[in-house]
Amino acid sequence: MAKSALLKSSLAKKYWMALTGLFLCLFLAGHLAGNLQLIFSDALHFNQYALFMTTNPAVKLLSYLTYISILFHAIDGIMLTFQNRAARPIAYAKNNAAANSPWASRNMAVLGTIILVFIVTHMVNFWAKMHFDENFPLQTISIENQGQKQDFYLTTDAGYIPVNQVETGGLEIKNRTEFYDTAAKVKVKEGYKDLHKITVAFFQDAKTGLIATLLYVLAMAVLAFHLWHGFASAFQTMGVNNPTYSPIIKGFGKGFALIVPLLFAIIPIYIHFFLKA
Amino acid sequence: MKLTLKIWRQKNAQDKGAIVDYPIDGIEPDMSFLEMLDVLNEQLINKGDEPVAFDHDCREGICGMCSLFINGEAHGPDRGVTTCQLHMRMFKDGDTIFIEPFRAKAFPVIKDLVVDRSSFDRIQHAGGFISVNTSGNTIDANTIPINKDDADKSFDAAACIGCGACVATCKNSSAMLFVSAKVSQYALLPQGKVEAADRVLNMVHQMDLEGFGNCTNTGACEVECPKGISLENIARMNREYLVASLKG
Repeated sequence: MAKSALLKSSLAKKYWMALTGLFLCLFLAGHLAGNLQLIFSDALHFNQYALFMTTNPAVKLLSYLTYISILFHAIDGIMLTFQNRAARPIAYAKNNAAANSPWASRNMAVLGTIILVFIVTHMVNFWAKMHFDENFPLQTISIENQGQKQDFYLTTDAGYIPVNQVETGGLEIKNRTEFYDTAAKVKVKEGYKDLHKITVAFFQDAKTGLIATLLYVLAMAVLAFHLWHGFASAFQTMGVNNPTYSPIIKGFGKGFALIVPLLFAIIPIYIHFFLKA
Repeated sequence: MKLTLKIWRQKNAQDKGAIVDYPIDGIEPDMSFLEMLDVLNEQLINKGDEPVAFDHDCREGICGMCSLFINGEAHGPDRGVTTCQLHMRMFKDGDTIFIEPFRAKAFPVIKDLVVDRSSFDRIQHAGGFISVNTSGNTIDANTIPINKDDADKSFDAAACIGCGACVATCKNSSAMLFVSAKVSQYALLPQGKVEAADRVLNMVHQMDLEGFGNCTNTGACEVECPKGISLENIARMNREYLVASLKG
């Protein structure tokens, strides 16, 4: 009788590693496209994009899938690593592993752990603030009129609300983004959470901006090594190894591993060193 | 050649074991690695010491009996050869050479450099065969036409001698190169297709039971394999297992 174990066998664990890993590669590509607006677009478009990403139901579904994939990839990876360690109770006195395998392929667990720490801090710094911070700023612009500067909130209907209307009590902000008429108690307009401002401030902070930028770049270097092995490895695990397609997959994987982390890393460098506040 | 050997000595399976240094002189570059160990053992016996136990049989690189983890590599620094076909010209005069047994939970040490590789036998028993009636009316295998590419790939996989270098060199002590070679050599042929699904499921199940680790595609096994078994086989096993599992 055949012994199928698609949930717990060694190979099943590898399939899950590969599938979640490849899905997270897709996530990286999407996340990068969004982040690049910090360089190639303006604050309003970036904040509009951020609003879309936090409210669209399809995006929400994808984001839950992403959280689950990260968790599963990490837990499965830890389980595999412990099993692999247990499979050799006595280590070699001398092991010349560099002679037969690339460094990244032998250090996926360490690289992955660093990436997991990065993801957690990254989510605390941006995701958690965006979702839960009660004092998250709304986007404003300054308009000069007859020598007088006045600040306005930008609203989702492409309109404006003078900041002093809120300050004087004519309007109040509820649910972090909604403008209510204080007297009539009705919702008038909705503002944009200014994620752009938070992001720029994070990397331009006089005290911690440089360290944050350097750590971000370092994390991307770690990600590059992880992807350098992981991308093509996932295809091998799923059984795709073929003289015609494998060189293309390996080449694409190495390109992906270099280009994606590099583009991610350029963004904080640009914000810290080149973007005018 | 004058060498310093650092050899793992372990009296029996229960003994803790340790690396012991042996200086040795008068080694010819044309000696095989096992002949060098023969010289050492002769000296040890003449001194009344216990000789170093190591596995060997054909000494022609085809039986899969010899092993040894030499200077951090399975079957030593040369490529495409077993330890018996490794020659001392691969080393320099004055070298220090570490000689250790193949290390894996599924390959327990019996004595010194000899390990028990019967876990491989049990994996073979779980499915590494085809069921053919041998009662006297066996059909000649050549009556079934087989695509040349498939026949070649099957033969390449069948070149695996089951020495265990893949396990020894893998950082995870994974046996997947061995198991995949045994799965592939039959899966590629019409005679093996009949039992293909059961074979891959049962062999992988037995592999997991034996306590081998999981492949992380470092590719070290393919580099160190004396018979050049390709990682393509692992991909084929992964495919076979996935399809067999989904079929239920």
